[in-house]
Amino acid sequence: MKTAGDKMDVMLPLSIGTKQAWSKDRYSAGSQVTFKVGICLLALLVTSIAFAQVQARDLNESVLDILIKWTPLMAKGFSFNLLISALAMLIGTVAGLFLGFARISLMAPVRGTSWIMVQFFRNSPWLVLLFLVMFLMPFEFHFAGYTIPFPDWIKATLGLALPIMANFAEIVRGAVQSISTTQWEAARSLAFTRRQILWQIILPQCVKRMLPPWMNWYAILTMATTLASIVGVSEVMTVVGRIIAAEGRTELLIPIYSYILLWFFIYCYPIALITKRLELRFAER
Amino acid sequence: MIFFEPFLLTGKRSEYVMTTTHSLNPLIQINDVHKAFGSVGVLHGVSMMINAGEAVCIIGPSGSGKSTLLRCINGLTPIDKGEIFVGPHAVHLMPSDKEMIPLRKDVSIVFQQYNLFPHKTTLENIMMAPVHVLGQSKDEVEMRARELLKKVRLTDKEKSYPGELSGGQQQRVAIARALAMQPQVMLFDEVTAALDPETRKEVLLTIRQLVEEGLTSILVTHEMAFAREISDKVYFTEHGLIVEYGSPQQIFDDPQKKRTREFLEQVL
Amino acid sequence: MHYFENWFKWLYQTHGIKLSIFYDSYDRTRFFKGLVTTLELSAYCLVLSLILGALIVLLLGSRSIIVKRCTNGFVQFFRNTPPLVQLYFFYFAIGPLLPKIDGTPILGSMGWAVVSLSLLEAAFVAEIFRAGIEAVPKAMTEAAKSLGYTRLQIFRLIVLPLAVRITIPAMTNNVVNLVKATTLAYAIAVPELLYMSSQIWSEQTNVTEMMIAILITYLIIISFVTLAMHLLEKRLRVPGFGQ
Repeated sequence: MKTAGDKMDVMLPLSIGTKQAWSKDRYSAGSQVTFKVGICLLALLVTSIAFAQVQARDLNESVLDILIKWTPLMAKGFSFNLLISALAMLIGTVAGLFLGFARISLMAPVRGTSWIMVQFFRNSPWLVLLFLVMFLMPFEFHFAGYTIPFPDWIKATLGLALPIMANFAEIVRGAVQSISTTQWEAARSLAFTRRQILWQIILPQCVKRMLPPWMNWYAILTMATTLASIVGVSEVMTVVGRIIAAEGRTELLIPIYSYILLWFFIYCYPIALITKRLELRFAER
Repeated sequence: MIFFEPFLLTGKRSEYVMTTTHSLNPLIQINDVHKAFGSVGVLHGVSMMINAGEAVCIIGPSGSGKSTLLRCINGLTPIDKGEIFVGPHAVHLMPSDKEMIPLRKDVSIVFQQYNLFPHKTTLENIMMAPVHVLGQSKDEVEMRARELLKKVRLTDKEKSYPGELSGGQQQRVAIARALAMQPQVMLFDEVTAALDPETRKEVLLTIRQLVEEGLTSILVTHEMAFAREISDKVYFTEHGLIVEYGSPQQIFDDPQKKRTREFLEQVL
Repeated sequence: MHYFENWFKWLYQTHGIKLSIFYDSYDRTRFFKGLVTTLELSAYCLVLSLILGALIVLLLGSRSIIVKRCTNGFVQFFRNTPPLVQLYFFYFAIGPLLPKIDGTPILGSMGWAVVSLSLLEAAFVAEIFRAGIEAVPKAMTEAAKSLGYTRLQIFRLIVLPLAVRITIPAMTNNVVNLVKATTLAYAIAVPELLYMSSQIWSEQTNVTEMMIAILITYLIIISFVTLAMHLLEKRLRVPGFGQ
């Protein structure tokens, strides 16, 4: 069915429509680049306004110099955020896969328990879950004579992996249930066991449909790593706080926050674009 | 020899039909099978006996339960009442898929919509089950798979994906996939219904070849001419009951029941 | 009431489970105030985000390419940057720039939390509205046009009712996310539920119990929200449309 997506002007009450098709405008490569550039320019504009403000005073260093000076340290902090997000995504994806299988288990108690877990971790605020893990997990783990230390950042990573696990479980469940039952019938008729069917026939077909939402959650997770600064993990926001305290200049505030916002934007916006393009491509087939 | 077999035709009408053959060891025995989906009854007491090497066609109007019966034989649809014996397997006693695995190594089914695995090539589709389910060696299975492809005349499509094949080609691959398991019994569920007339011929040719080689087959089909040509026995079902059965000559040339005659008049 | 309180005191004395929020009036008041603040925050942000979101959708349909690009830039900015950093940006960076009245700033921490979260949510709401409007089958608007409806009538009588029904699942998800996002205000010392609870647990050293209490409270709030949206969906349900 053709949707109204082509001409949004008809739907809006005021006659402020454009002749250009909405969908074409959003997804053509040219406009994407323009958007990206446009956003960057916007952000830089904000920063440069702040710079201009400062150039007039001309103290020891200009704000631009300060930003450049601290960039390496900020980069170190930012890469730590990326490390946390990568690890949390890995743990959450693997755990979520098995939790998702539990959601479609043939045994009712397994289904029920996994449903409770999914509801619990999906509907809890991420910050509360972080606090939960930070406080309740021991800082050391004694096992058969070995002591495994759990530094703060590992705890935070696990805390962030929990909601990812729950959300990915739902993605897995949705994808598996979207595969036509005829595939199951054909596989069952060929005497495959349930485990064989899931791993060799159903799951490979699911990967494509799970990829866009999975990437979306990765972007959300990366942005959520900043929460770790609240529970005492030293990541990029902690670094930014220390820089502000060290420099003690109020003109630095807007530029430096714009700067770190820009970094996250440059990392997460391309992910969003790729996700959208993948979604369209897979929907076509 | 002529026998009366009253106990084979159960249901509300206890009438008798003559048959002319009777073996000592039927491969498949279906006794008084009932099946309802919710409140809708589909099978109301069906009984059949099929001997090894026989080709049996089940004909009848839509909704008469033919496909359901087929799926009951390989356990895809559990029955409410009755018994189904396939060789040594007692299908009605198997509670879940796990117990049905030995049964499904002996019974293969070909579906109307082919149901090939879209993410695997033709050759992989055929090879998958024997390797992973039967545990046979890859080389042995590959050789057999290639022979089967030759048999269904699709050797050049070995590396193609199902999405690249026509309906008739996909159906032939589905047949090869079912045969790769070296089953005792083949079930064909209206396998030509989704195909256009030209591609239908290719598939029917393949099936005829298999029947001539002595494969025990049960076909649910609307292809009357084909049914007449290849089957040893024809069953006519309506409203979940067997109305009449016998040799193709008996059913097609000289149907005893009025309903059979009416149905045949409509389709022929 | 006293029996209720005494039972929790007994629980502490015998099993060491300290749920002071039930028997201590000071803690109870604090916890309740935090809960109310959370609900207030959610409500303000929800209303503001709906209004702003609708405005954004209108702007996105504008004839001017500059307006469209800037609005889309705004939406993409809020969707692709960390909400916490946005909050800090508003409170620490922009806050001091605003004029003060008698030495106190115009917008306190609560105010900035509302501003920041509303803008964030408006970006998501705008996406949902846009998708909902676009999902209304073109055939409906064509039929309406053929019957002689004006643009305003088409939007009000046909597109809007259908779009609302289509977007309810996504909006439910969005409101749930909003409630969860209110916890971010902890970082700028807004006295919402998490903040108050952290004060209680640092005084009473009953972290585990408070954690469970908070989680259950949030789950209850979210259940109510989901239930309300579900009832709304039921009331608006039209047979044969959607799933």
